[in-house]
Amino acid sequence: MNPFSSGTRLRDMIRAIRACKTAAEERGVVRKECAAIRASINENDQDYRHRNMAKLMFIHMLGYPTHFGQMECLKLIASPGFPEKRIGYLGLMLLLDERQEVLMLVTNSLKQDLNHTNQYIVGLALCALGNICSAEMASDLAPEVERLLQFRDPNIRKKAALCSIRIIRKVPDLADNFINPATSLLREKHHGVLITGVQLCTDLCKTSTEALEHIRKKCTDGLVRTLKDLANSPYSPEYDIAGITDPFLHIRLLKLLRVLGEGDVDASDSMNDILAQVATKTESNKVAGNAILYECVQTIMSIEDNGGLRVLAINILGRFLSNRDNNIRYVALNMLMKAVTADAQAVQRHRVTILECVKDLDASIRKRALELVYVLVNETNVKPLVKELVDYLEVSDLDFRGDLTTKICSIVAKFSPDKIWYIDQMLKVLSEAGNFVNDEVWYALIVVISNASDLHGYTVRALYRAFQTSAEQETLVRVTVWCIGEYGDMLVNNVGMLDVEDPITVTESDTVDVVEIAIKRHASDLTTKAMALVALLKLSSRFPSCSKRIEEIIVQLKGNLELELQQRAIEFNSVIAKHQNIRSTLVERMPVLDEATFIGRRAGSLPGATSTATAPSVNLPNGVAKPAAPLVDLLDLSSDDVPVPSSSGGDFLHDLLGVDLSPALQQSGTGQGSKSGTDVLLDLLSIGSPSTQGNSSAVDILSSNISNKASVSPLDDLSPLSLSSRATSNAGPMMDLLDGISSTPPAENNGSVYPSITAFESSSLRLTFNFTKQPGNPQTTAIQATFMNLSSNTYTDFVFQAAVPKFLQLHLDPASGNTLPAAGNGSITQTLRVTNSQHGKKSLVMRIRIAYKVNGKDTLEEGQISNFPRDL
Amino acid sequence: MIHFVLLISRQGKVRLTKWYSPYSQKERSKVLRELSGLVISRGPKLCNFVEWRGLKVVYKRYASLYFCICNDQEDNELETLSIIHHYVETLDRYFGSVCELDLIFNFHKAYFILDEVLLAGMMQETSKRTTLRLIAAQEELVEAAKEEASSLSNIIAQATK
Repeated sequence: MNPFSSGTRLRDMIRAIRACKTAAEERGVVRKECAAIRASINENDQDYRHRNMAKLMFIHMLGYPTHFGQMECLKLIASPGFPEKRIGYLGLMLLLDERQEVLMLVTNSLKQDLNHTNQYIVGLALCALGNICSAEMASDLAPEVERLLQFRDPNIRKKAALCSIRIIRKVPDLADNFINPATSLLREKHHGVLITGVQLCTDLCKTSTEALEHIRKKCTDGLVRTLKDLANSPYSPEYDIAGITDPFLHIRLLKLLRVLGEGDVDASDSMNDILAQVATKTESNKVAGNAILYECVQTIMSIEDNGGLRVLAINILGRFLSNRDNNIRYVALNMLMKAVTADAQAVQRHRVTILECVKDLDASIRKRALELVYVLVNETNVKPLVKELVDYLEVSDLDFRGDLTTKICSIVAKFSPDKIWYIDQMLKVLSEAGNFVNDEVWYALIVVISNASDLHGYTVRALYRAFQTSAEQETLVRVTVWCIGEYGDMLVNNVGMLDVEDPITVTESDTVDVVEIAIKRHASDLTTKAMALVALLKLSSRFPSCSKRIEEIIVQLKGNLELELQQRAIEFNSVIAKHQNIRSTLVERMPVLDEATFIGRRAGSLPGATSTATAPSVNLPNGVAKPAAPLVDLLDLSSDDVPVPSSSGGDFLHDLLGVDLSPALQQSGTGQGSKSGTDVLLDLLSIGSPSTQGNSSAVDILSSNISNKASVSPLDDLSPLSLSSRATSNAGPMMDLLDGISSTPPAENNGSVYPSITAFESSSLRLTFNFTKQPGNPQTTAIQATFMNLSSNTYTDFVFQAAVPKFLQLHLDPASGNTLPAAGNGSITQTLRVTNSQHGKKSLVMRIRIAYKVNGKDTLEEGQISNFPRDL
Repeated sequence: MIHFVLLISRQGKVRLTKWYSPYSQKERSKVLRELSGLVISRGPKLCNFVEWRGLKVVYKRYASLYFCICNDQEDNELETLSIIHHYVETLDRYFGSVCELDLIFNFHKAYFILDEVLLAGMMQETSKRTTLRLIAAQEELVEAAKEEASSLSNIIAQATK
């Protein structure tokens, strides 16, 4: 005999492990045992196989690897005796999971055991099958399980019923085979069989509409009768829990009735009486009784409307809500959430109690209550509710603040009655929990501030005050710095004073202090610092008295380790030092940001958000007004002796405008339309600044970087929040000219005309592509996609996505809309730009996916387009 | 549907794990780590439900052991609590006032009993008496097999004398 396979018994091993004082000691014991077990496995030792498996299971529970024992499970299962099989199946369920391939090897043993003459062995096989079977095993063994549903012993029938659930979940196609045997289980008297039969039927109804119809028609009355008998049954010690006979069966029956009653008036009617009886007669002083009531309320809320029952249900929930037991309160909150859709008025009555729950000690209850409050908010109660929530924010747990902040911000944005209230609430949130606020929220705040022209002074003063107390909140600092950059003069001069404000005296240098603190604070991240730097540039022109100090700060930053900041500092320094004459125009106030576009984008309605254009990593909301003037001056700069290589003048231009390089630039072709462009631009230059304009390098920069459409788009992006807005209002004549250049040549010079194709057509949707190419850039094709709705329903939330192989580059512009009217009464257009790096060798190919909602239901269409014209 | 059942001691030691949904071995140990921290750290007066990864964990402490059942979000939490209690009572009847040591040294029996109460993440049997009767019947089978084996070896021993 092997010296290692010492015959320690299971009990001794457990004792030895428990006696270990340290983790290392335990590992030692386990290692020794594992070595012994391995040795025994290698010797193919029959006698100890049983015991080894038990040991392995214990070792496994302690968290040690036991994969080497997997084959032993199979051997045990394959052996003829019951004790071996029992431990083998247990090991199988514990040591393996359904994803492991070894499991496939057991299918044959399972099949034999399912047909075994010993019913307990059949039971073991069913148990293992029900707990870990995979889809393949499910379809292999389904006939056996189906047969066992009619086995003589009820204990096998109930196991087979639960196995069937697992099989149907794995292979839904098999559901229809089980409908008839399942419904016959509903007539059983044995509770175990009945409860498993009810569960099987519930699952069948969820999987197959055919089963749902069948069971609804054939079994509803019978189930109602069963529930009635059960509810009225006399005391039976075997099933009694706290004075109720078999609450588990009660609950499963109620659950199945819910599925049957949902969306069917007749079925709902037939169960009204018994539901009313359960709701009124069930004792509610023990967990089991409350569990039944809770299930009953859920069923009442889901089945077709019956006013009286609903009142009863809401009253039960009201009682739950005032219960002292936290569990009961939790489920009440959970259920009220579903009741809101049915009867919002009734739930509103409990608002005060729910609000108290938001402040509960228990995180689970707080979370539920907060979600409930969120759906209860409306225009009339928003002010007091938000006040409560914001007040609570100050004392809330740190780990709850994230959730709470998000919800408050969302409520405030959705229901704010006026701008001043919005700004007030957001400032409170930012000063309390600014670090939990996500970027969208403070972007939105800046957009709102920018639009509220009569509140600029008020806002900047309020922010200044908030900064004094809450300078550690990152997002508050960002918004403060932005507003000081824009409206710093209003802070100093108390412009636009409202009646509600206390006057404050702030000097110019106090204001610069704020920005300096922000820029020098260690915790500030790159975005904050960059925003502060832009604010400084703006202040340098607004506060002449401080310009010396500002210059010093900027000079210090010229040595910053962050490339972004260093570059910016150098640029701004040269603006201050050498271009006094243009500085005031350069740093004028931002034009009002477009609220509508921003909100639209936030709602995700513009599919452009999903296109390949990624958001710039550093997105500076501070920009420069009136781009027409600075653009000309910039030329001047780039021909000056600035420490930026002149070949990257275009980049410099974007940088100075405060916009990070947008991906659009990378897609700009080279030299397209340059001939005509240069002339026009030369003219423009001579208008702009007559002194240096003979310089050819400036012209080169212009022709390569400005005269195509792509470099216009960064200008569009000036208000960094509106990707889709076409800058027209503030662009001035220069922009128009540029636009003109880029759009005229294709119309005239485009020699080749490509036929349109119907790229995709289904019974409900048609997609056509029109192609255009810019001359001089044969690789790039602009595709105009037009979507037509062929059905009689309007599509909403329409989103088009496309993917291309690696040799292609795809850029999607925003679509013209996201709603597609029915029956071809309108269309959505969207422009795609495809660059083919293998132009002439390979033709285009594209895979598309179109998602939309029809009557609120999500629909998805997919397809591949390979019928592009050959030479694209 | 129940996704898994866990028994964790107050020190965070695992006493029983039963998985009804496919979790790989790696995920299992991660789940155990996460949940034991989450459940054990909760105060005594708080509710017995924890929301976790879009699922709901219902737990209850009996002496030094935490019984945890992980459910779908829409399942009846109060019922799950009753299931836990039902299982504990069944164990109690089997072992006769059960304690943690019983479950350590006879962990396989705890598994066998659980397999008679739950199957495929569903309620299988609501009668404690039936459950225990089935367990007893199977233990008789095991005993009979053992006796047969020992009598067989006796015969062999005598024959080879």
